Amino acid sequence: MNRMADMRREFKPADYKSSVKPVWCPGCGDHSVLLMFQRALAELALPPEQVAIVSGIGCSSRIPAYTNCYGFHGVHGRSLPLATGLKVARPDLTVIVASGDGDGFSIGGNHFLHACRRNIDVTYIVMDNRIYGMTKGQPSPTTEPDWETDIAPEGTGVTPFHPLVIALASGANFIARGFSGDLAGCTRLIVEAVRWPGFSFVQILSPCVTFRADQQKAWREQVRKAVVPETDDPARAARRLMTDDGFNTGILYRGKREAYRQQPFGDCDPSFLEAEFEV
Amino acid sequence: MITSGEAVSLSIALTGSGGAGVMTAGQLLLEAATRCGLYGLMTRSTGPQIRGGEAAAMVRLSPKVVQSPGDRFDVLLALDFDNVQRFAAELPLDSSGLIIADPAAGDIPAFLRASGARVAQVPMAKLAKSVSGGRSAMIALGVLARLIGLPEQAVSDAVAASIGRRKPEALAASEEALQLGSAHAPDVTIPRLATPASKPQGRWSISGNEATGYGAIRGGVKFVGGYPITPATEILEWMAGALPQCGGALVQAEDELASINMVMGASFGGAPALTATAGPGLSLMIESLGLAVASETPIVVVDVMRSGPSTGIATKSEQSDLNIAVYGLHGDAPHVVTAPLSISDCLLTAQWSVHLAESLQTPVIVLSDQSIGQARAVIDRPKEISFGTRRLTPTEPIDNYARYAATESGVSPMSIPGQRCGQYTADGLTHNARGVPSSQAQDHVEQLHKRQHKLDAFDFSTHWAEIDGQGELALLTWGSSSEPLREAIEIARSQGINVKLIALRLISPPQPALLARALEGVRRVLVIEQSHGAQFWRYLRAYYDLPAEVVSIACPGPLPIRPGEVLAHIQKGASA
Repeated sequence: MNRMADMRREFKPADYKSSVKPVWCPGCGDHSVLLMFQRALAELALPPEQVAIVSGIGCSSRIPAYTNCYGFHGVHGRSLPLATGLKVARPDLTVIVASGDGDGFSIGGNHFLHACRRNIDVTYIVMDNRIYGMTKGQPSPTTEPDWETDIAPEGTGVTPFHPLVIALASGANFIARGFSGDLAGCTRLIVEAVRWPGFSFVQILSPCVTFRADQQKAWREQVRKAVVPETDDPARAARRLMTDDGFNTGILYRGKREAYRQQPFGDCDPSFLEAEFEV
Repeated sequence: MITSGEAVSLSIALTGSGGAGVMTAGQLLLEAATRCGLYGLMTRSTGPQIRGGEAAAMVRLSPKVVQSPGDRFDVLLALDFDNVQRFAAELPLDSSGLIIADPAAGDIPAFLRASGARVAQVPMAKLAKSVSGGRSAMIALGVLARLIGLPEQAVSDAVAASIGRRKPEALAASEEALQLGSAHAPDVTIPRLATPASKPQGRWSISGNEATGYGAIRGGVKFVGGYPITPATEILEWMAGALPQCGGALVQAEDELASINMVMGASFGGAPALTATAGPGLSLMIESLGLAVASETPIVVVDVMRSGPSTGIATKSEQSDLNIAVYGLHGDAPHVVTAPLSISDCLLTAQWSVHLAESLQTPVIVLSDQSIGQARAVIDRPKEISFGTRRLTPTEPIDNYARYAATESGVSPMSIPGQRCGQYTADGLTHNARGVPSSQAQDHVEQLHKRQHKLDAFDFSTHWAEIDGQGELALLTWGSSSEPLREAIEIARSQGINVKLIALRLISPPQPALLARALEGVRRVLVIEQSHGAQFWRYLRAYYDLPAEVVSIACPGPLPIRPGEVLAHIQKGASA
């Protein structure tokens, strides 16, 4: 490929769109997130073949096939290790991981901790609608304790998980929250997250119009731009996040940790290793 | 006088509490013997404790290559008797054996006395105390070297190479202990081995797990994701050191669910990738193995089998993961299962398995086990083999790319991220030829067929099995059970009984045509394996046409299958 020609390539959001029609319900927040992906990647001017979108299982995890990037739609909860292996093998690629609150915080919860801790240079975008949509409306780790569903008729009675606090405590290097209804603002968050080295976590509040019909309107009223400027001080970020009501949007923490291993793989003749076996 | 003439091999067990140094002493004994031109094998048996439990180093020396334990021990040297009864079943001794004991260790346990073996007392602990920094295990090594007739220089060199010249005090203490042990060796004879005429050339001392690691790297593996588990950890540890020197990397994952997915991610990115685990880890990986099948992502999963189910006996061997490896995946999920036939064969099998994974774009499960993984053998330098492994990728410029297009071989070009116009989404969802999710019957069936066809159409004939000898009687086995069978067959032949050995390196996909050819002229088959449930025999019954007379000999772990038992079966099988 001609490198100069490549550098001259210009990208429009449509260049990142595939012809596959999303399975999402009309009005689902994830449609907007898909649009944000396309706009953010165009702004970053990344050739689509240099981007990999990795996901698990759930409504949000369907996103890779709707883009024109390389994609891996894996098993439930394991998108982060999939992305970790890919990024270690191919540090030259831009790796974006897409997940939901069930996939990312419940079945994939352990990987979330360790991906933050490892600080691998990927961007983790969790579309949080506080519900399992694809299995038709069960509570997730971020669902309110009194939300009544068939599987928990009186609500779970369990305190929701606070993903941003967990991310900070586990070592994520960039933490932000956005709202799917804020196309421009949330696109900016994605751009910033991809640009920032290390593990970048963006929670996108992305309402479910089918199982949480009141969510979209309520969230639109509740979300607000965080009034305090972003910080690189984990202690300040922790205080802010611990008192946060879940609706402050923006970049809430930007750390300075060095990203995990970034050397590209190389080739060699391994026969020198035989010396240690020789008697 | 115990023997006349020269012995075929000499088996020595060193036992003691964990941390007493028996493993080091066993290792040094093997190294010293190697320096004298002998071949050898060291297997290890331990309890679950890290320190203070029981440990046995079992060394078998021979002028010929030996890769499996013998029938009995010639010498049992016990530094103490604290937990030795736990090895009762693993240390066959008879009246021609010799027990070397320390009087300070107290009475010789009844099961050892009952063997009728001679007893020689050496005050090893006391002798060790007389040397500043002296250790009983080094006294023991001195005793054994003298009895075997290993030159002192060879032992000293082995010790010096192990301790290193930079620790002169430790080295001096060891030297002194060795000499003291040698001087106090009991005045008894043990079978003598033929002394090799020439200095060994081009031999390797290698463990099965190291051989697996090196074979994988030879095959082109660049990435390993793994989670520690006995008895597979040494593969990960060895590769952690080797991979960065070869331009690759190992990542310690948070669990096996992560390891297998990391490996898939790396492979998707174009790097041949492997993980190593044991039964419990393989169980966790099974769901994702289905994803590797569906998304046609080449990966290698090494299962170093141990006694199961559940936690089982983590430190001891069994061939009982055949079922999960072959049948564990949900849905129709054709994939490859291989098994190394010996310690040295771990190299070839691992390398071949990488080749199969890359060529077929499918997961390959390699069933090694503790008995070969954690054992060390001195072998002749293995032949270099190149499979010319290369993943099929689309030629550029790519036009109208369909990742899962039907091809004659069933293998379709797999684009690598970065390849322009090669973008696709690897998916566990049923998909069409372009990789687009589909719930249509036609796409489902087409892709099921494609994935089955690529295995059916592949020529596995070069390495699917090792076949040796002729005869109406055949022993049919797989994996690590092959070596004791090989030895038994050799003895049988010397007794005029012709036996054929068929040892399968490829478990799945089955190769009925190849086996039928191998079984031509065979009237009776003994199917020998190390599992209680006769998993291999049942698998054969499902996929192969066998002669009318088939005897299943299924021995559960953790005890090794010994050549003598196999010989008895051969003699019975040949006379019936």
